[in-house]
Amino acid sequence: MKIDRRSFLSFLIGGAAGTSLSPLPWKLMDDSSIWTQMWPWTPVPEDGAISYVNSVCTLCPGGCGITVQKIDDRAIKIEGMKQHPLNDGGICMLGLSGLQLLYGPRRVKTPLKRVGTRGSDQWMKISWKEAIAETAKKLDEIRSDNQPHDVAAISGSDRGTVPQLLMRFLNVYGSPNFIRTPSIQDSYELTLRLMQGNQSMAGFDLENSDLVLSFGSGIVDGWGSPVRMIRAKSSWQRSQTKVIQVEPRLSNSAAKSDQWIPINPGTEAVLALGLAHVIIKESLYDSVFIENYSIGFDEWKRHVRDEYRPDNVGKITGIDEQTIVTLARTFARASKPLAICGKGQGSTPGSIGEFMAVHALNALVGNMNKAGGIWAVADHKYIDWPEINLDDISKNGMSKGRLDGAGSKTYPFTRYRLNRFADAVDTDDKYPLKMLFIHDANPLYTMHDTQQVQKAFAKIPFIVSFSSYMNETTQYADIILPNHTYLERFEDVPTPTGIPKPVIGLVKPVVDPQFDTRHIGDVIILLARALGGNISAAFPWKNYQACLQDTLKGRWQTMIDNGFWSDPDFTAPSWEASFGLPSEKFEFVNSDTGLMPKSDLISIEGDEASYPLVLVPHDSIRLAKGFVSDPPFMVKSVSDKVLKRDDLLVEINPETAKSLGFTEGSKAVISTPKNKASVKLHLFHGIMPGIIAMPTGLGHEGTDEYIDGKGVNYNRLVGPVEDPVSGLDVAWGIRAKLSKA
Amino acid sequence: MKKENKHSKFKKYGMVIDLDKCTGCGSCMVACMAENNVPFKQDESDKLLSITWLRLFRLTNDKPFPETDVCYLPRPCMHCEGHGGHSPCVSVCPSTATDYSKDTGIVSQIYTRCFGCRYCMASCPYKARYFNWWDPVWPDGMEKYLSPKVSPRMRGVVEKCSFCYHRYQQARDKAYMQGKPDIEESDYQTACAQACPSGAITFGDLNDAKHAVYQLKKDPHAFRLLERLGTNPKVYYVSSREWVRRAGDNYLKDEGRLKKAVH
Repeated sequence: MKIDRRSFLSFLIGGAAGTSLSPLPWKLMDDSSIWTQMWPWTPVPEDGAISYVNSVCTLCPGGCGITVQKIDDRAIKIEGMKQHPLNDGGICMLGLSGLQLLYGPRRVKTPLKRVGTRGSDQWMKISWKEAIAETAKKLDEIRSDNQPHDVAAISGSDRGTVPQLLMRFLNVYGSPNFIRTPSIQDSYELTLRLMQGNQSMAGFDLENSDLVLSFGSGIVDGWGSPVRMIRAKSSWQRSQTKVIQVEPRLSNSAAKSDQWIPINPGTEAVLALGLAHVIIKESLYDSVFIENYSIGFDEWKRHVRDEYRPDNVGKITGIDEQTIVTLARTFARASKPLAICGKGQGSTPGSIGEFMAVHALNALVGNMNKAGGIWAVADHKYIDWPEINLDDISKNGMSKGRLDGAGSKTYPFTRYRLNRFADAVDTDDKYPLKMLFIHDANPLYTMHDTQQVQKAFAKIPFIVSFSSYMNETTQYADIILPNHTYLERFEDVPTPTGIPKPVIGLVKPVVDPQFDTRHIGDVIILLARALGGNISAAFPWKNYQACLQDTLKGRWQTMIDNGFWSDPDFTAPSWEASFGLPSEKFEFVNSDTGLMPKSDLISIEGDEASYPLVLVPHDSIRLAKGFVSDPPFMVKSVSDKVLKRDDLLVEINPETAKSLGFTEGSKAVISTPKNKASVKLHLFHGIMPGIIAMPTGLGHEGTDEYIDGKGVNYNRLVGPVEDPVSGLDVAWGIRAKLSKA
Repeated sequence: MKKENKHSKFKKYGMVIDLDKCTGCGSCMVACMAENNVPFKQDESDKLLSITWLRLFRLTNDKPFPETDVCYLPRPCMHCEGHGGHSPCVSVCPSTATDYSKDTGIVSQIYTRCFGCRYCMASCPYKARYFNWWDPVWPDGMEKYLSPKVSPRMRGVVEKCSFCYHRYQQARDKAYMQGKPDIEESDYQTACAQACPSGAITFGDLNDAKHAVYQLKKDPHAFRLLERLGTNPKVYYVSSREWVRRAGDNYLKDEGRLKKAVH
């Protein structure tokens, strides 16, 4: 048959018409939609018996109670524990994402020994027996050389049985070098020590205050115990408590306050003293407290009267003189006013001048150790272990001063100085560090001038990490002895910072250990056994759980049943019994040292001519910045005004941006005296002109593919600035400049 | 009175979100993701492609320093009632994959019926619906935390907030087992309302005078988003700030005070 043009077209058209009239195309479309949705790799989660386990979250120092929902042996959801004294059902997004850490790709699954260069992520799996033997051998060698003080430990906390076991191990081994990671707890401890003579933590009875004056504290941005703070904020709405936020940027805390007072960054101490000036001048202070329970007031009064007139203070802080006077009156006339400080989430200590000045404000209005005030909370001592016996080697080691200079003649009251540690490792040839333990800390991310800290760590011959997760510091370890995660282990969580009444939480195993990990407590006990002698004798327990049960004594059963132990009837001691100084009074001027609240302004690095802008950090509750970084859910909820693909957006005032020729989303290079980085700009009216605010918690490496390489680590751009009194790193920012990319 | 009795047979679940309390912490977003097996990708910074049943918006009043103000606004699915159950999305769905339940007031989404035409997404004025452009992939081992109560979605379907409907089913079963005629308010709460640390989100039956939302929605500062479109949403917001309430709808510059739509 001949196919001519006509029959060809008829065939084509007829075929098309026939097909479209038949059910075939519709059937195919239907089938394709069904079959493209029925790939077997879309998981079908198995059903099973539902159960709930109460425990405590340890991903930040907040200490919230959690209830974990399980299906058979799988944990499927973490929720806030109802009736828990701190969070009563509320929970933050880090707590909610905990299962992504438990089952996630950043877990360290077995003991590992490094085979590549540091940071190259090349490991060899080893058995626990080998790992412990190797670590013990190293410890034994150092001790046989009579150098036990050349071993140090960095820990995220110094309270609770696990940090205490680590400290005990170090001490009986012969090293005084246990170091806690820095935070505002250091500054508050020091302030309370100098002004009240207490070795205690600051507790804030915020729920009962009627005016809260915050010097940059991120009340709803993760300061203190984050969920408790947000709950307190909601309670103020009911009680009509006024909240005043003083800081250079309109943070979420500032936006949620009743009044936002922008201030030149770093001048908070001057404002506090200016307020004190007005309060004293107008006799608005609590004369009962000042006359009967304090000393040094007159001396300090003279200093404040001469130096901090509102007009001068206004010039330095950039706050209108009238605003200062009104603020002072509002504060002093409230019945339970409370001033708090420690910027952002409080992860960087503040200057002692600033902390003493803010604390003096609370003293002026007599709002101490009473409802709605600041309480000096002595650590609830439930850990009562037998004394350790030191042999000669240990005694010799312990008699050596600390590597970081804390407690030395220069810094007698400072307990830990991780900022100096890195420097000392790098430069102090007389004190060559030979071994370092890392627990719940990520100094290679969290320390200012990270590259310098990294350089110092490179000099330490042997680093042992107990981390459950991969992160910057874990990548630098020689041996990883992975701890169980908080969802697989027992541990006690002592009263979190800022909480006035004692609450001890109990971390309980929710699921069986998922991998070949071991409890750090058990590993410490095993290491002690391997070393033998007096070291082994200091750990009389069979294992960690026996130690914990023995320590908690009668509370154990309550804690197993409820998940926590608390003392709701606890009250602060009366003023007669509050102060531990020889004067038994509150000291405006410390009689020993002559230190008083004054504003030694902490100047930041860089000269104004080359670096016309100021870079400050801004903390968000959606970006974890401690030893745990954002799990995938949290990265997902970060705004596209903070992170766009891998680019970090820094905030800048539109006026400043315009004057520099930048617009929204412009690419730029930010340079500081320490480092530089490529960023994008986000224009935001709620920031003082001349300031750049950089989100913290990003710029990770060596963690997992969901966070690595995203954004910039703020700490790499900033250098440490030492406070002259405490020797702590109190850098609140750095000078910077922006240039076109 | 008679009319109200007739109505109370039906439930009308809804939310009242106090924007004065909301701190923008984002717990609601993550509580929702964790509860509902919402997947995640390596890069989630393109928010058009990022599946967030409940999304937190950041509003600013755009005034220059220091008059600037910021407010956060959590946006779940509004479960629009429209007029007589004619929600924008329900009206356009060609496959009855989404439907308005007159018993609960919840707009459902049945993934296996959806064939991904995305007409509903185009019709939703709140952009509360999300399309699965890819199959969900969890890293090795992470599938362990998936909840059997909510089926993971496959490539090619639309998904959205369900007011944690599986929790409603659980609560209904519980009430039935206990021989109770009705579901307790506390027995049916969405994951976001439960997690919210500030207590900003209140969830309950808008028809039931005993539920907290019944009173809260009558707050003089209560408003709904884009009310003038006539979508009749069941999520109410409360804000003491006029600029926030204005931001909740499209106002012309010369328009005066806020007007309430009448339904």
